[in-house]
Amino acid sequence: MSDTVENQGRRDFIVVATNTMLAVGAAAVAYPFINQMNPAADTLALSSIEVDVSGIEEGQAITVKWRGKPVFIRHRTAAEIELAGQVNLDDLRDPEGDMDRVEKPEYLVIQGICTHLGCVPLGQKIGEVKGDYNGWFCPCHGSHYDTSGRIRKGPAPTNLEVPPYAFLSDNVIKIG
Amino acid sequence: MSSPEFKNPVVKWIDHRLPVFSFMHHELHEYPTPRNLSYLWNLGSLAGLALVTMIVTGIILAMHYTPHVDHAFESVERIMRDVNHGWLIRYIHMNGASFFFIVVYIHIFRGLYYGSYKAPRELLWILGVLILLLMMATAFMGYVLPWGQMSFWGATVITNLFSAIPWVGDSIVVWLWGGFSVDNPTLSRFFALHYLMPFMIVGVVILHIIALHRFGSNNPLGIDVSGKQDTIPFHPYYTSKDLFGAMVFLTIFASAIFFYPNFLGHPDNYIPANPLQTPAHIVPEWYFLPFYAILRAIPDKLGGVLFMFGAIAVLFILPWLDRSPVRSGRFRPLFKLFFWVLLADCVLLGYLGGKPAEGIYVTLSRLATAYYFIHFLVILPLLSVVEKTRPLPQSISMPVTGAGMSAAPAAKRGKADV
Ligand code: HEM
Ligand code: FES
Repeated sequence: MSDTVENQGRRDFIVVATNTMLAVGAAAVAYPFINQMNPAADTLALSSIEVDVSGIEEGQAITVKWRGKPVFIRHRTAAEIELAGQVNLDDLRDPEGDMDRVEKPEYLVIQGICTHLGCVPLGQKIGEVKGDYNGWFCPCHGSHYDTSGRIRKGPAPTNLEVPPYAFLSDNVIKIG
Repeated sequence: MSSPEFKNPVVKWIDHRLPVFSFMHHELHEYPTPRNLSYLWNLGSLAGLALVTMIVTGIILAMHYTPHVDHAFESVERIMRDVNHGWLIRYIHMNGASFFFIVVYIHIFRGLYYGSYKAPRELLWILGVLILLLMMATAFMGYVLPWGQMSFWGATVITNLFSAIPWVGDSIVVWLWGGFSVDNPTLSRFFALHYLMPFMIVGVVILHIIALHRFGSNNPLGIDVSGKQDTIPFHPYYTSKDLFGAMVFLTIFASAIFFYPNFLGHPDNYIPANPLQTPAHIVPEWYFLPFYAILRAIPDKLGGVLFMFGAIAVLFILPWLDRSPVRSGRFRPLFKLFFWVLLADCVLLGYLGGKPAEGIYVTLSRLATAYYFIHFLVILPLLSVVEKTRPLPQSISMPVTGAGMSAAPAAKRGKADV
């Protein structure tokens, strides 16, 4: 090999091209090894559940399990609905009207998972603390939710999520 | 490096071809060590002992444990009741994690006090912080395995920390879980990783020791070894001192295992995991409490997570925050004072991490968190400039301070080492 290299540009091109292909190859190999940790097909196969809500008395709530997580269904009282509707949206951390969060105002259907770090908030059972806004209270780090499940105080960034659901008849809802 | 003469012909034959015996002789026998090490220098070998204990008991537990949500809790109960001496092995492993952290935390504060993170030991220190991080990950995943209420909710809260990352956070959490909540895929991968990570720790420990043996141990005076008169051979002096320390450690460890095996644990973890019911008061294991207090002190999700990880991140850059040329706190009157305040602050954070996040506890957590960061980011850099250090002794073997000596020679030495 002579000391003076002709066509240095061509050699640089070969080096860059080789390294680029190496990187592409490494990424292609890494992808399946990383992606295997994502939910498997059977986990993904979206399950849905049907719930008859006629048994829930006004002012009471039930918890059902959907996709391994709790879903809260509360049959709200007129006072609770009114309270949720009165709130000035500008006061909310995650502004959302109460009517945008329900199909029928009497039935609030929300994911029972605190949007902070995933604990299940208290307030479902009679006698449990409901927090300063009479909805739910998360004991883990002190998040308070109102009667529409919206975050009002504490570290959680967003409102309790509304899962996809629809009323199949007057009394039966399908979640998922 | 003097080559030892081995008498045993087999040893001689092997050593000629594979010099492991020379290596051990050099690193564990003649290895020159400062003659003035205190008992605080025992904690390194104790950490090694704890690591080996965890690996041995862990592998035995794995022979009887079933990583499945339907069987994990029962398989641990079976270990406790039916497997021969299973209760003993599990209690050793369970308390061993706590004792490992006690040892490592003392080891770290020893380094903080005597400036062991300073040149030329920066990498040694950084490898140590890396070991701490790996230990935390390992202990966290191990605690999930018995699948009790605390296992489940601890895993839920900690994995949810990653959802604070903007944009990709939620996808990362689903990726960690392998599903839409902490569930069977999460448990099995945590088991696989809990098995793996201790061996990664062993790897980093080996690097840690290679880095240590490059310049040797720091010492309570924090000055460099200036010659043969300052050192003694590792064996038999420090081997016997380490052995004595190990016996004291094992006595305390055994007392905990036999008389108070659940003292450091949480009774809620003897209730099987229930995804629909969070325990009224969830707390992590004690060794995570200071970090947990920092997490909760910040009234913002992402901020809390950043500060929590930041608490460890400052340790990584510590060698460049404290620029004082004097290593040992003994010769730094102001630094010494702030060191004790920091220690008290960390203990306070640990206490607050175990209290509910309300009222006065929140206020105190915020103050203590602020102090923690101020100590590292403001006080230490400032002290390096304004503090008037006490005169350093001439050498380890002549600890009487020479007149007119100041920090200057140490500074020169520090530079020469880089
Ligand atoms: C750095 C070393 C290690 C640490 C800090 C550690 C920590 C822990 C902790 C805190 C637990 C929960 C104990 C409880 O509350 O029940 C645990 C459980 C467990 N660990 Fe480890 N561990 C280590 C090494 C290992 C190794 C090498 C294995 C080998 C596979 C292992 C296997 C297990 C098993 C099977 C369990 C579940 C049984 C039980 O909960 O008692 N561990 N570990
Ligand atoms: S998980 Fe609900 S407040 Fe933190």
